[in-house]
Amino acid sequence: MNASPADLPLPRTSLRRRAEGTSLPVWLVFALVFVVAWVAAGTRGGDFGTADNLRNIALRSVALGLVAVGQTVVVLAGSLDLSVAYVVSLSAVACSVVMTGQTGLIVPGVLTALLLGVAVGLANGLVITRLKVNPFIATLGVSLVLRGLLNATFDNFAGAVPEEFQALGYDLVAGIPVSVVMLVAVVAVTWFLLHRTPFGHHLYAVGGDPESARMSGIRSGRVLVFAHVLCALCSAASGVFLASRLGAGAPWVGPDGGYDLESIAAVVLGGTALTGGRGRLLGTVAAVLILAVVDSVFNQFQADPFLRTLVRGLIIVGAVALYAYRGGRR
Amino acid sequence: MTLSMEGITKRFFGTTVLDEVSLECRSGEIHAIVGENGAGKSTLMKVLSGVHQQDGGRILLDGREARFTHPRQALAEGISVIYQEFTLLPDRTVAENISLGREPRRAGVLVDRGAMERRAAELLASIGGEAIDPKRLARHLTVAQQQTVEIAKALSYDPRILVMDEPTAALPPADVAALFAQVRRLASQGRSVLYISHRLAEVFELADRVTVLKDGRRVATMPVSETGPEDLARLMVGREMSNYYPERRSSETGPVRLSLRGARAAGLHGVDLEVRAGEIVGLAGLEGSGRTQLARALFGVTPLTGGDLEIDGRQVRIGSPRAAIRAGLAYLTADRKAEGLVLGLRGADNARLATRALGRGLARSALEGIADQVGLRPEALRRESRLLSGGNQQKVVLAKWLATEATVYVLDEPTRGIDIGAKAGIHEVIRELADRGAAVLMISSELPEVIGMSDRIVVMRDGAVAGELPAGTPEEEIMLVAQGARAA
Repeated sequence: MNASPADLPLPRTSLRRRAEGTSLPVWLVFALVFVVAWVAAGTRGGDFGTADNLRNIALRSVALGLVAVGQTVVVLAGSLDLSVAYVVSLSAVACSVVMTGQTGLIVPGVLTALLLGVAVGLANGLVITRLKVNPFIATLGVSLVLRGLLNATFDNFAGAVPEEFQALGYDLVAGIPVSVVMLVAVVAVTWFLLHRTPFGHHLYAVGGDPESARMSGIRSGRVLVFAHVLCALCSAASGVFLASRLGAGAPWVGPDGGYDLESIAAVVLGGTALTGGRGRLLGTVAAVLILAVVDSVFNQFQADPFLRTLVRGLIIVGAVALYAYRGGRR
Repeated sequence: MTLSMEGITKRFFGTTVLDEVSLECRSGEIHAIVGENGAGKSTLMKVLSGVHQQDGGRILLDGREARFTHPRQALAEGISVIYQEFTLLPDRTVAENISLGREPRRAGVLVDRGAMERRAAELLASIGGEAIDPKRLARHLTVAQQQTVEIAKALSYDPRILVMDEPTAALPPADVAALFAQVRRLASQGRSVLYISHRLAEVFELADRVTVLKDGRRVATMPVSETGPEDLARLMVGREMSNYYPERRSSETGPVRLSLRGARAAGLHGVDLEVRAGEIVGLAGLEGSGRTQLARALFGVTPLTGGDLEIDGRQVRIGSPRAAIRAGLAYLTADRKAEGLVLGLRGADNARLATRALGRGLARSALEGIADQVGLRPEALRRESRLLSGGNQQKVVLAKWLATEATVYVLDEPTRGIDIGAKAGIHEVIRELADRGAAVLMISSELPEVIGMSDRIVVMRDGAVAGELPAGTPEEEIMLVAQGARAA
C-alpha cells in the first residue's frame, strides 16, 4: 500500500524472491510427513529408513509423478486435464499391443504410445482454444471418448511387453530404479521449459491473465495447446512405465490408479493455484512424494485402505488450508 | 507516422458501438479523444490495436492499409497501447512484465534474465522510474509505479503511435504532472499520441487537437485552441452542462453520526474524526496516506485494532462488513468491478445484495423507486452488471447502499472513471443523501471534486489526520497539508 518500501533499492544480497513463488512450504510439509512416518514405523517395528523402503517410495511416485508434472503445466496455464487417466491406459495398451512381446518392437511401441499421447493433447488443446469449450468439459469429453474406445476394444490385458522392456519398471542403475531416473529427467526438462525458456514465461502469463497476455502480443492459444500436448505426453510416459511394470497394458490401469483427480490433488497440494499463473513444479514433486510416503506406511502395516484414503484427504485439505493461511498473511 | 482510420464500424451482438468513425493523427501530435462512457473511445482504440476487428472501414498507416487480427501485428507496426485497466501480471516481476512476449534470449531458446532486467532498468530510468526494482513483483508496486511500468512496457516496443486510455484515472494528482511531461517528450520525439480522457482540463493542458465521440459517432475534430471546456462538455453530453456541483440545501448540521477517536488499524496510527448528520466531509490525501485503510477499517474489512467508534452516539465494535451494514454503515469501494459488484448478476440482484445482511429483501417497487432516485433506467436493472457502462455500474452500487437506508455513507472515489453526465448525477445523489440527514464521508483523489462537494475537508497523511480545512479551500493549500509542507 505504501510507497516507501518500493522506493528504496532492495539489498542485492538477499535471496531473490521467485516470481512464481516458492515450493518451500510443500517441502516442509513433506519433511513433517516423512518424520511422522519414520517415527510411526519405528515404534511399530517397521522399517522405514532403509534403502529398500526409500527406493520403494520413489518407485511408487513414478506413475502419479509423471502425470502430475503434466497436470502442473496445464493448471499453470489456467486449464485442467481430466483425460490423463485414459491417456495412461491408451498408452499402456498401445505399448503392449504394438510390442507383442518382441524385443525389436520396443522402439515402435514406445513411439506409438507417445504419439497417441501427443494426438490426445492436441485434441484437448484444440477443442479448448478453437471450439472454446471449457477445459473441464472438453477434457472430460475426450476422456469419455477414450474410455469408450478402450472398453469397446479391449477387455483386460492386451498384448505383452518383452522381458527386456521390463527393465524400465524393475532395474536399478547405481542403486536407483531406472523409472525414477526417468521421472527425474522429465521433471528436469519440464522445470527447464517452465523457468528458462520464453514458453515458460508465456505459460505463466497466459495462466495469470489470458487477455493481458494476448494484448502483449502472445498467441495464447498456441501456448495452451502446447501445454496440453506436454501434459498428455507426460501421461503417455506414465502409461509406458505402467506397461513395463505390469508386463502388459489394460484399459483399467489409468482409471484404477485414479490419476485424474489424484494428479489434480497433487498439483494443489504442491501449492499451485487452480486459477493458473502461480505455482511451482517442484511443489508438485514434493506433493507426490508426500502421498507416496503415506501409502508406503499404510501398506507396511497392512492397515485399512479406507483409512489411508481418509488420511490422504486430511493431508490435502490441511496443507492447502495452511498455504491459504500463509498467503493471507502476506 | 500518419495514422488515419476511415469509416470504422464495429458491432457487438447486433449493437453498433462504432458507426463510421474517422480519425486522423499526425506524427508528433497529441490527439485527445473525449466522450462519455460508452461513446466508443476504448472500442476504437481496441480496433486500432488489433484486439477487436472492425466490421467496416479501414486503417491506413502512412497511406498503406493495415489489417490486424491479433495485437501482435499492431505491436509490430509500432502501435502500442496503455490500457485503462492495467494489464500487468501481478505475480510476475517488473522485468518479466515489460519483456512479456519478447523475452531477450541466449542461445536462441533460453531467456536471458540478466539482459531482461538490465533492459527494464534502462527503460524505467529513461522515464524517471529508476527507483523501481525490475525484480519486484508487480503486485507490490503502488498504482503510480504500475503506471510507470506500463509506460515503460509500451515504450519497449519503440512505438510510432502510442495510445493512452485514461492514464490519469488511477493516478494521484502529484504524479499527473510527471506523466504529462512524459507524454510531451514522447510527442516531441515524433511519436503520435492518442490520449483518451474524461478530464477536460487535461485535454486543454496537453493536446493539440481533440476528437469528440458520442454514441459511437464522431461529433467533431478540432484544434483545442478553437474550443473550450464548456463547448466540449456540450458536444460530449449533447446538452448544456451547468452547475457542476450541487448546492447544499439546508445549512444546519445535525447531531454527530460518526465519531472516531484514536482509531488504529493496519496503516492507521490514531485517527480522530467526526461526521455530522447532513454533512459531507471530504477526505483528501496522497496515495498511501491511509484514506482507504480508514474506510476499510470503519466497514470491518480490516477491523480496528484500537480506538473508539461511535455511530449515532452508541459505541460499536465492527468486526465484519455484515456487522457494519447492521450498524448503519454503507461503503462504496474504489474498485467497483472487484469489490462493488458481482459482475455476472443483473443490476437488480446486485442492488438487493446489501439488504440481505439486514435480513430483509427489497420489494420490486422499492427498488424501482431507488433506481429512479439514482437515475438508473429500468432496463439497466435487468441487464447483467458487466454489460453496463461504468456510470451505470456505479449507480447500481449506489442503489445497493441506498437500499440499506444507512445513516453513515463512506464513499471511496465515487466517480472514478465515470463520464461527466453520470458524474453530475452521482454528485446530486450524494448531496441529497446528506440533505436527508445522512453523514457522508467522501474519499476522492480529484481535488476539484473534494472542494466542490465537501462541507469540510479532512486531510490525511501517514495514517493520521493531518488537518481540517473549511469548505472551498483552494487546491494548493490542500496539497500543502497533504504533503506535510504545512500544518492546518
